[in-house]
Amino acid sequence: MTSSFVSTSPDFSRNHFELLGLPVGFSVDASRLERGYRDLQSRVHPDRFAAGSEAERRVAMQWATRANEAYRTLRDPLARARYLLQLKGFDTEEESNTSMPADFLMQQMEWREAVAEARAGRDARGLERLGGDLLEARGAMLDQLERALDTGQYDAGASLVRKLRFLEKLEEEIDEALER
Amino acid sequence: MSLLQISEPGEAPDPHQHRRAVGIDLGTTHSLVATVRSGVAEVIGDEQRRPLLPSIVRYLPDGGVAVGYEARDAQADDPGNTIVSVKRFMGRGVADVARYGALPYRFVDAPGMVAIETRAGIRSPVQVSAEILRLLRDRAERALGGELFGAVVTVPAYFDDSQRQATKDAARLAGLNVLRLLNEPTAAAIAYGLDNAAEGTFAVFDLGGGTFDISILRLTRGVFEVLSTHGDSALGGDDFDHAIAAHWIARHGLAAGDLRDTRRLLAAARQVKERLTDDAQADIHVTLSYGQKLHLHLSRADFQQMTAALIQKTLVSTRKALRDAKLDARNLDGVVLVGGATRMPHLREAVESFFGRPAFKDLDPDQVVALGAAIQANVLAGNRTAGDDWLLLDVIPLSLGLETMGGLVERVIPRNSTIPVARAQEFTTFKDGQTAMAIHVVQGERELVADNRSLARFELRGIPPMVAGAARIQVTFQVDADGLLSVTAREKTTGVESSIVVKPSYGLSDDEVATMLKESFSHASEDRDARALAEQRVEAESLLASVRAALARDGHLLPDHEREALESEIARLEVEKAGTDHRLLKAGVERLNRASEPFAARRMDYAVARALTGQRLDQVSK
Repeated sequence: MTSSFVSTSPDFSRNHFELLGLPVGFSVDASRLERGYRDLQSRVHPDRFAAGSEAERRVAMQWATRANEAYRTLRDPLARARYLLQLKGFDTEEESNTSMPADFLMQQMEWREAVAEARAGRDARGLERLGGDLLEARGAMLDQLERALDTGQYDAGASLVRKLRFLEKLEEEIDEALER
Repeated sequence: MSLLQISEPGEAPDPHQHRRAVGIDLGTTHSLVATVRSGVAEVIGDEQRRPLLPSIVRYLPDGGVAVGYEARDAQADDPGNTIVSVKRFMGRGVADVARYGALPYRFVDAPGMVAIETRAGIRSPVQVSAEILRLLRDRAERALGGELFGAVVTVPAYFDDSQRQATKDAARLAGLNVLRLLNEPTAAAIAYGLDNAAEGTFAVFDLGGGTFDISILRLTRGVFEVLSTHGDSALGGDDFDHAIAAHWIARHGLAAGDLRDTRRLLAAARQVKERLTDDAQADIHVTLSYGQKLHLHLSRADFQQMTAALIQKTLVSTRKALRDAKLDARNLDGVVLVGGATRMPHLREAVESFFGRPAFKDLDPDQVVALGAAIQANVLAGNRTAGDDWLLLDVIPLSLGLETMGGLVERVIPRNSTIPVARAQEFTTFKDGQTAMAIHVVQGERELVADNRSLARFELRGIPPMVAGAARIQVTFQVDADGLLSVTAREKTTGVESSIVVKPSYGLSDDEVATMLKESFSHASEDRDARALAEQRVEAESLLASVRAALARDGHLLPDHEREALESEIARLEVEKAGTDHRLLKAGVERLNRASEPFAARRMDYAVARALTGQRLDQVSK
């Protein structure tokens, strides 16, 4: 069966922040974000239109999808920073730009080796300790990111996003190793 | 206990508008149908007021079909034609079914889904399930005094796309308008949450006859938000029966293989298992074929020991669900037990000790899913009253992805994403002049394509020849509120497009459903046409009413020429509705649906804009 599922595009001109009733910026009030998302979802969710016409159900699905995407992006600080930078016209170049300061690279390699070692030795406690260290480093970096983005230093922000992406990948590796 | 009091009967906005809606729990061992009457959710029983219907279908020698208790009583005498636990075969292939061990059926490797050879011919699990659903639909229509507006049908949260699609096909085949596929633990949470006005984070541990789900939910001010889900769609109470039967076969040196004896032993195992809930020992006498008499015995301690591994499996899943929700077992506000298999004392103890708290069990674990589904069906049908403005946010249980070079999976939508969800990924050609690209959609968490479930394959053709790497092919995955996937592929520089609703490898095409529906009516063709016409008229009337109501409320949102165009489409369908050709009428309904879509989009934009203005005013007034 063939069908084109997006035939009419709703008005998606608002950005994620506007859509959820938030000012455009990195600092986000978590309870306002939550409220904005729920208010929007309670108006557009397909459950509200289950007895409606096919057209209404389709439009509802598109809007609810959009609301989920906005919430998912703004809830996570790294995704939020990436999105904000994109709105400001800055590409974070996470795939292409791999140049990092030497000290960060050194730290990176140390962490990576420690993860590999703990994984090989099936050292769950070691992995959890590393996870804790990473969480701390991440917290400090997010503070820097907030300062950079709130003061309009977008280049510095983009560089921090790249570093944070490195940390995130490492965290994913630790999680995977712990799941075994 | 004040069971699920929703509203006073008089509170409905317009009691004459009440639509008949039901919730159906299509279970592995039992199925139920429930509805909301006078504001109270209740299961609709049979003539003998029995709430459960055994999910057993027997194809009779005279060409008829028996469903439920009658079929159950014949299972040992006619095992090959009496289909038990058909839910385990939904959307599954021969290799999956082989893993369940010895079963008394003649399986046929039909394309996509396995089928079973019966005396009535080859039957797909979809058709067998439709027999169960049809009986429940008839039962509900008799009890409610008329045709159903729609139904919410529950599925295990851990069901993949193939299994969900098969369930929806079965419901359509049974003539049901599916308002929503609802995850079973979420349905249970609705029944519990609304009854207790609960707030906080809860685990719903649902061990049914053939499936296991664990869902972690957060309940806050009328929002049911699923944080994560995990499970095993091939683990349930049946496996405990199989463990007992295998133990007896080994112990008494029985030759496995006889279909009838397998059924007898499983039925005996089930009885013994249920007795061990209250007793420390259980005995049963079974007469096998060729007259061999057996005295079978089992102690609770032995039963616990032989099934400890099964319980461990459920706890491994539970740990994974908590991990995905980033929560600790001890931090939850409650644990709900659902499914008949949670009556087993050693399972209950294991779960309670894992969470460090006693579990809720004040609602019947066999009925709670159907009750929650009925409450949701009532709301989705539009019988909404003052207290019913809750919101349900559910997730997909398994990641969705695409095959890339080297047989690896590129994940497009990760598991536990809130639905509906859409995600796009860009790919490119790897050969110069490549004009087609094969798209292979898979579901699962493993890195290799071969270790995941293959959902669909299709091709994007007509890509203009370019050097390798120049084409930009965007593949978009859209998962709807039922958890069902559709995929579109589009070459961005030229706009060549190809899309499918993901169902070719495991589901039925619309034509196949239509053919089966026709076969299921033994009426003459005039009767069929008359029925189709009546159905299309109802459809047309409901669409006309909804578009007219929308125009009356929000007509000002349309520019004059669009409004006139829409009104002329309405007038056209009015004329077609008076005709006698159901095909023409169907085409007319589709046309008005398409014509009203831009209007629906404008209305939604307006509703959102109004909400945002409201928020700003709130902020100003603070």
